[in-house]
Amino acid sequence: MKGTLGKDLLALEPLTAQQIQLILDTAEPFKEISERAIKKVPALRGQTIVNLFFEASTRTRISFEFAEKRLSADTVNVASSGSSVSKGETLVDTARNLEAMRIDMVVIRHGASGAAQFLAERIESNVINAGDGTHEHPTQGLLDLLTLRDHFKTLAGRRVCICGDVLHSRVARSNIWGLRKMGVEVAVCGPRSLLPHGIEQLGVIVFDRIEAAIEWADALNILRLQVERMTAGYIPSAREYNRVFGVSRERLERAPRDLLIMHPGPMNRGVEIDSDVADGPHSVILNQVTNGVAVRMAVLYLLAGGRPELAAAAKGDR
Amino acid sequence: MSAADRDLRPILLRGGRVIDPSQHIDRTASVLLTGGVVAEVGDRIVAPDDAIVLDCSGAIIAPGFIDVHCHLREPGREDVETIATGARAAAAGGFTAVCAMPNTEPVTDNQAAVGFIVRQAQRGGGARVYPIGAISVGQRGEALAEFGEMVGAGAVAVSDDGRPVVSAHLMRTALEYARTFNIPVVDHCEELTLARGGAMNEGLVSARLGLKGIPSEAEEIMVIRDILLARRTGGHVHIAHASTKGSVELIRWGKDRGIRVTAEVCPHHLSLTEDAVEGYNTNAKMNPPLRTSMDVAAMQEAVRDGTIDCICTDHAPHHYDEKEREFADAPNGIVGLETAFGVVTTSLVATGIIDYPTLIERMSCAPARIFGLQGGTLRARDVADVTVIDPDRRWIVDPSAFLSKGRNTPYAGRELQGAARYTVVGGRLIHRAAD
Repeated sequence: MKGTLGKDLLALEPLTAQQIQLILDTAEPFKEISERAIKKVPALRGQTIVNLFFEASTRTRISFEFAEKRLSADTVNVASSGSSVSKGETLVDTARNLEAMRIDMVVIRHGASGAAQFLAERIESNVINAGDGTHEHPTQGLLDLLTLRDHFKTLAGRRVCICGDVLHSRVARSNIWGLRKMGVEVAVCGPRSLLPHGIEQLGVIVFDRIEAAIEWADALNILRLQVERMTAGYIPSAREYNRVFGVSRERLERAPRDLLIMHPGPMNRGVEIDSDVADGPHSVILNQVTNGVAVRMAVLYLLAGGRPELAAAAKGDR
Repeated sequence: MSAADRDLRPILLRGGRVIDPSQHIDRTASVLLTGGVVAEVGDRIVAPDDAIVLDCSGAIIAPGFIDVHCHLREPGREDVETIATGARAAAAGGFTAVCAMPNTEPVTDNQAAVGFIVRQAQRGGGARVYPIGAISVGQRGEALAEFGEMVGAGAVAVSDDGRPVVSAHLMRTALEYARTFNIPVVDHCEELTLARGGAMNEGLVSARLGLKGIPSEAEEIMVIRDILLARRTGGHVHIAHASTKGSVELIRWGKDRGIRVTAEVCPHHLSLTEDAVEGYNTNAKMNPPLRTSMDVAAMQEAVRDGTIDCICTDHAPHHYDEKEREFADAPNGIVGLETAFGVVTTSLVATGIIDYPTLIERMSCAPARIFGLQGGTLRARDVADVTVIDPDRRWIVDPSAFLSKGRNTPYAGRELQGAARYTVVGGRLIHRAAD
């Protein structure tokens, strides 16, 4: 089925500002569904969705599953550790087998960049990328945008700095594209060893010091620092990372304005973010999680061919 | 002259543009081949009664192309290519000879393995196949393989291609030891600690696609190491598949100082950029990776000015299933024997960067000279290895029509200009283009 977004949602890079706007606007009425006593509408009744997770994930998988269930879709979770190669069956065979069971959509999380597109080009069902390698995580980018819009009302002209391991982050890439398309000024801040070479060419400002980033930004989106980065020799230690790049209350207090604090989770408290910041008054980290369900409902609804102008009506019980 | 050669009918290549840079010939003439050798280049050749007369009007008659770098996969991966299928694909691409890299299974690192390739090639009946022996036993980068015995069995060079010679000490010894046999040491230049895990060129595209990049320095560091070791040892280093502007500058630096360094470039590094990876196209994945437009321009200029001596294919067939997967997991390499001439003509000659004499020098004369092979000339009494090419023929690349077992090409569906009309090896017509 083909809706206003096309067949698939693979990345934010190819989307237009209008399409992003559409998803965010469609998410608005869906927010309220999760606040009801009976959190269910029939918008996707009869649709079969497979959540195909080749990488461990708790929050993204659960968020998608809630979104699907609250729209009344039938869902199946397939979890597979390791890549399809180590599993013995190829990704395309896995997908074709699923499709032979007549499914409507696949939500895929995979360790290889490009895996979602690979799948989308080979099956008829709608494909939603729930994170492919170090490429993109478009629904995370969208929920971050929705959270920023909730707070600031308008996005254009705001300044957002993405902090940390941008090199290995699919969240960072989706955020950079989404924010830039919506007219937000984007910066990144982290050790150069964790920033892609030539990142400036993506139209972002680079800060080498977190203090400078804090002085500049309206909001910080703080990425998780993976432990593997130390063993792979990108940075010396979590301790030093916290000293140099950690977002602490002391550092934020020196800022000329209050900064909105975001984190895609899961957090390493005391490494990239201190607890008093994560739990502080300007943190919207849990709002991000709540918005995640609404944004994913919007994406599922639109890809299934739902008409955006009927989204508000779709949430009403028949 | 063997008994078989005496049975050969003469071939008259009639009335084409004869280009032989080895003798500075570029004029309309005919070429007579008798008894497996070139008899004569001339205007008024009277064909013997039993001669096969091949019309060469509108075509270029040139010494046969020689590919100094290809992977024929036999022994070990006969499912993706054999010496016979590779040699026939080579002939279809206008190559009269190819050099087969030793990263077979098992590795071609001893005289018996080299002899096997020579025998398989004789039975195959396509282009000539010259084995390249391994530098180190098992290509493990530890102990030197027996260069002398391999050369005795028919090896024309040594290389651990597919992987670099990691140890600078081993590279030094290889360059020194190879001097006795007067063969080039061919190095796949890649600094592994920088390149490890990389799937494409490091740059804007890799940053966007979220693929680990291989910086150009990973190649250049090894290029300059090898050039310095060639200076130290007086050995001949041949840089395999150079791909970056920096490598060109370093090779030029070495040549300016009289160091024995030669180099090759592949058609894909002369015609495609990292943009071809867009959409995670695994047929644009190779090592070294496709680089930037700046690098491509530098490679083209280096072919023009001779800093790069020869054009090779790095023909690397892979099974369809191996390429039909996630980008990071797909193997490196593309096939090239049947598209090389068309790609080079289309991207370098048709665009006015080089002329045909330069193309023939880089694809025939220089390879023969550098690797000490017969051919690369139309001199009388030299071996009758000749390619007749249609410079203006336009064709669409259709991988299903390849004679190679490999179908992995980024040029599928592309229109190319230039194709081989006839390929003659040892006076025998082994390829004739369909009309």
